[in-house]
Amino acid sequence: MQKPSINVWLLTGAAMLSLAPVLIHQGKEFKATDSINITAIEQVKPSYKPWFEPIVKPSGGEVETFLFATQAAIGSGVTCYILGLYKGRTERRKAEEVPTPVEYRD
Amino acid sequence: MTACQYRKVATLLAMVGLSGYLVVASPTPAQAMHIAEGYLPPVWAVFWWVVAIPFFVLGLRSITRITKAHPELKVLLALAGAFTFVLSALKIPSVNGSSSHPTGTGLGTILFGPLVMSVMGGLVLLFQALLLAHGGLTTLGANAFSMAIVGPMVAYVVYNAIAKTGHQKIAVFCATLLEDLCTYLVTAVQLALAFPAIQGGFMAAFIKFVSVFAITQIPLAISEGLLTLLVWNWLQDYGQQELKTLRLFQQGKNLDAETIN
Repeated sequence: MQKPSINVWLLTGAAMLSLAPVLIHQGKEFKATDSINITAIEQVKPSYKPWFEPIVKPSGGEVETFLFATQAAIGSGVTCYILGLYKGRTERRKAEEVPTPVEYRD
Repeated sequence: MTACQYRKVATLLAMVGLSGYLVVASPTPAQAMHIAEGYLPPVWAVFWWVVAIPFFVLGLRSITRITKAHPELKVLLALAGAFTFVLSALKIPSVNGSSSHPTGTGLGTILFGPLVMSVMGGLVLLFQALLLAHGGLTTLGANAFSMAIVGPMVAYVVYNAIAKTGHQKIAVFCATLLEDLCTYLVTAVQLALAFPAIQGGFMAAFIKFVSVFAITQIPLAISEGLLTLLVWNWLQDYGQQELKTLRLFQQGKNLDAETIN
């Protein structure tokens, strides 16, 4: 890593972009654009009725939150596992390439 | 503290930060991703399915070709898929008081090309449609077209155009940013086509649907660009071997294409 601080800045930027709105709109409920889309459809064509229902519906907001958290956890788990794997491999290889002076004397 | 130690601490902090960020930003109860189940008239639902399927098939072929030639790239493929998986699970709050998804297909596109991501994105959408009642089976074709086909295509074109000038990091950032925005632009087009306004027709409806996410999506697109660049930087440092294999593979493919032509 040439300039590790860049990564820290990238992360700070992303965190600020998503946390600042929470602070700005404190106490207000955030609406998902997807559900606003549905409202928009209802405005454009009030007569429209959805003709198909989801086969499995999470029972309530709690379960849905759990399922989404699970998806995020699996995704970030796999992502970070592989990144760790690569990092370990790279460092091991570096260590092998540059033997310590002690080994030279032997 | 030596420079080396500082680096290690900074990397560690960034990794902890990424995990923390992913957990903190993750889900508030959500309604539906992109177009909800049943919210496209049957004709349009079928139309988008028909459009999306060829890309999915080509993507499967592309994946088989890559993994057959280089089985060791499967790990990197899993990383690209997992990145999309996590980013599309996040409902990130935005400045104007609503929240929306990033898509996360940019990283995989830059690594493997757009067709591979049409499979990955399609699978993520299928998972969400089946288990989370998020999006839907009838609207899967349309959602796959916006998120898993047009988005990656845009990322691919933008990345290659900017990478030529030598600014690779800027290329990664811009490709992801525009991929994210175009995904939602396509969603608005799809909705406007299916639900043209009685007065003003397609354009009036399009403006209405675009205005739903226009402001919301811009900070999210920037966030997605930053996060993708973060993972990209790590791959530059730790995944050089795979990146080299991929580059050679893609060059080889081009050579093959040239000899055939």
